Amino acid sequence: MGSLNIENVKKSFGPVDVLKGIDLAVSDGEFVVFVGPSGCGKSTLLRVIAGLEDASSGRVIIDGSEVTSTPPAKRGIAMVFQTYALYPHLTVRNNMALGLKQAGTPAAEIDKRITAASTMLSLEPYLERRPAELSGGQRQRVAIGRAVVREPKLFLFDEPLSNLDAALRVNTRLEIAQLHRRLKATMIYVTHDQVEAMTLADKIVVLNAGRIEQVGAPMELYNSPANLFVAGFIGSPKMNFIDGARLGESVKTIGVRPEHLSVDAKKGTWKGTVIHAEHLGADTNIYLDCEKAGLLTVRVFGVYDAEPGATLYATPDPGRTYRFGEDGQAVK
Amino acid sequence: MSRATNSFSRSAAAHAILIAYTIIALFPVFIIVINSFKSRNAIFRTPMAPPTAETFDLVGYRTVLAQGDFLQYFQNSFIVTVASLFFVLLFGAMAAFALSEYRFRGNKLMGLYLALGIMIPIRLGTVAILQLMVASGLVNTLAALILVYTAQGLPLAIFILAEFMSTVSDDLKNAGRIDGLSEYTIFFRLVLPLVRPAMATVAVFTMIPIWNDLWFPLILAPSEATKTITLGAQMFIGQYVTNWNAVLAALSLAILPVLILYLIFSRQLIRGITSGAVK
Repeated sequence: MGSLNIENVKKSFGPVDVLKGIDLAVSDGEFVVFVGPSGCGKSTLLRVIAGLEDASSGRVIIDGSEVTSTPPAKRGIAMVFQTYALYPHLTVRNNMALGLKQAGTPAAEIDKRITAASTMLSLEPYLERRPAELSGGQRQRVAIGRAVVREPKLFLFDEPLSNLDAALRVNTRLEIAQLHRRLKATMIYVTHDQVEAMTLADKIVVLNAGRIEQVGAPMELYNSPANLFVAGFIGSPKMNFIDGARLGESVKTIGVRPEHLSVDAKKGTWKGTVIHAEHLGADTNIYLDCEKAGLLTVRVFGVYDAEPGATLYATPDPGRTYRFGEDGQAVK
Repeated sequence: MSRATNSFSRSAAAHAILIAYTIIALFPVFIIVINSFKSRNAIFRTPMAPPTAETFDLVGYRTVLAQGDFLQYFQNSFIVTVASLFFVLLFGAMAAFALSEYRFRGNKLMGLYLALGIMIPIRLGTVAILQLMVASGLVNTLAALILVYTAQGLPLAIFILAEFMSTVSDDLKNAGRIDGLSEYTIFFRLVLPLVRPAMATVAVFTMIPIWNDLWFPLILAPSEATKTITLGAQMFIGQYVTNWNAVLAALSLAILPVLILYLIFSRQLIRGITSGAVK
């Protein structure tokens, strides 16, 4: 009931090309996350899908019918915004009801849907309150509730967790994941936070400078990034990139993830000096300045005592290095 | 030891300055009001003294209410002010919404063009306006005044409101669009309530010059039926003899309606002025 197809969508604001030809297919019930750095066009793409921006060219197809020139309210979508965007003068109940009233839904049906949604999101005690009387987390739940009652073909989330504090972010992330499992609806979610992307997505779309860099399941992107950009963007701390020539390799760049390096005080592949160590409890990030490989980040699980200035050897796990060619694409 | 805030001498000095300013600002009004309750002799003999049992005289108010159709003048002023205010706020807000919300070719130029009126006084165009009103048969109608005042008030209204409208969250307007609200509903139901303090600011700045204006009523609508209160008060000022009792009484009465309107808007006004400054 909620597939989405995007065919060669381009969007320009004056001379600036924000989207440079996007093709994407999302099947029914999928949770797709658009991720990318600021200004990569992910929010613009979402707004083109929502109909809040017109595409300069290309087609948007929701559930088999073309909606490229359909107004947002008629596209069968619901959107959750970063700033919640609740109507300040309406109670929680009326915030949820407004869209349905506009669409001419019978009052009994509206009541039924609001009851169901507010139970699901534990909003019953707040139904008669105004948004100003709610906390940030509650407001975002109301915004999600407002989307749920519309029973849309497509849920659109525009960085919904960015305005919440860290603890609440984890809780709300969990709620969104549960919501997806329960409703089995198609969801498109925009974020710049790769943890959100990895934890929520069935499929991640990595965008950069108005183009799709790679589409795939979270583990697929982690295990076999298509190019330097995806390799550097997915994973934290960031993948180490080493100049191939310095290692005497044939390819331009060699990539090693920090967690795929092990350290030893006596022997190893690359000798280096500890510059700094970050102790996080569960793991330790060590920054090593290596003679051959340059600056490397090493992630060691558990506690590891490494004083700045000490000499350590880093060794990559066999078979867990990535090779990238002159054009930045992965070389198999 | 002196503290950074809340020091007595500092707040006393601040209060002294503010009180002094208040006295200076209110003094002319005070003189007008006390003298309007005095007899003619007392006005000239002791202009600064408040009315006493001997000098108290309501002759000015009696003259005003008996002579000339003051109720009519009040009504004219009120109609002109309220109608102009309504149109300035409505059209000003709509134009400001369009300028701040929609991207279209010439948006910036249009904004500049609409704001030009702030710098060019409308009175420079008096002759052309008069010709226009004569040609369209609007001389000696309240409509002429309302049209002119609407034009006079719009530039500042658009300038101020456009700034405020651009601070209204885009997400909120987009949420409305997704919920199927029309652009008009978004404007009236979502955006206008949020810029209410700015609307009140604009209302006060627009209202006072209109109420006090003598120029356009004198030129465009001097007939008995369309006289405004400021124009009406002029009839007691003669070339040789001025009936000061009546003039002062008329002016005192003229303060009241505008004071009431101001009180209605003022709570919002303070928020409007400060919200731009401390945000």
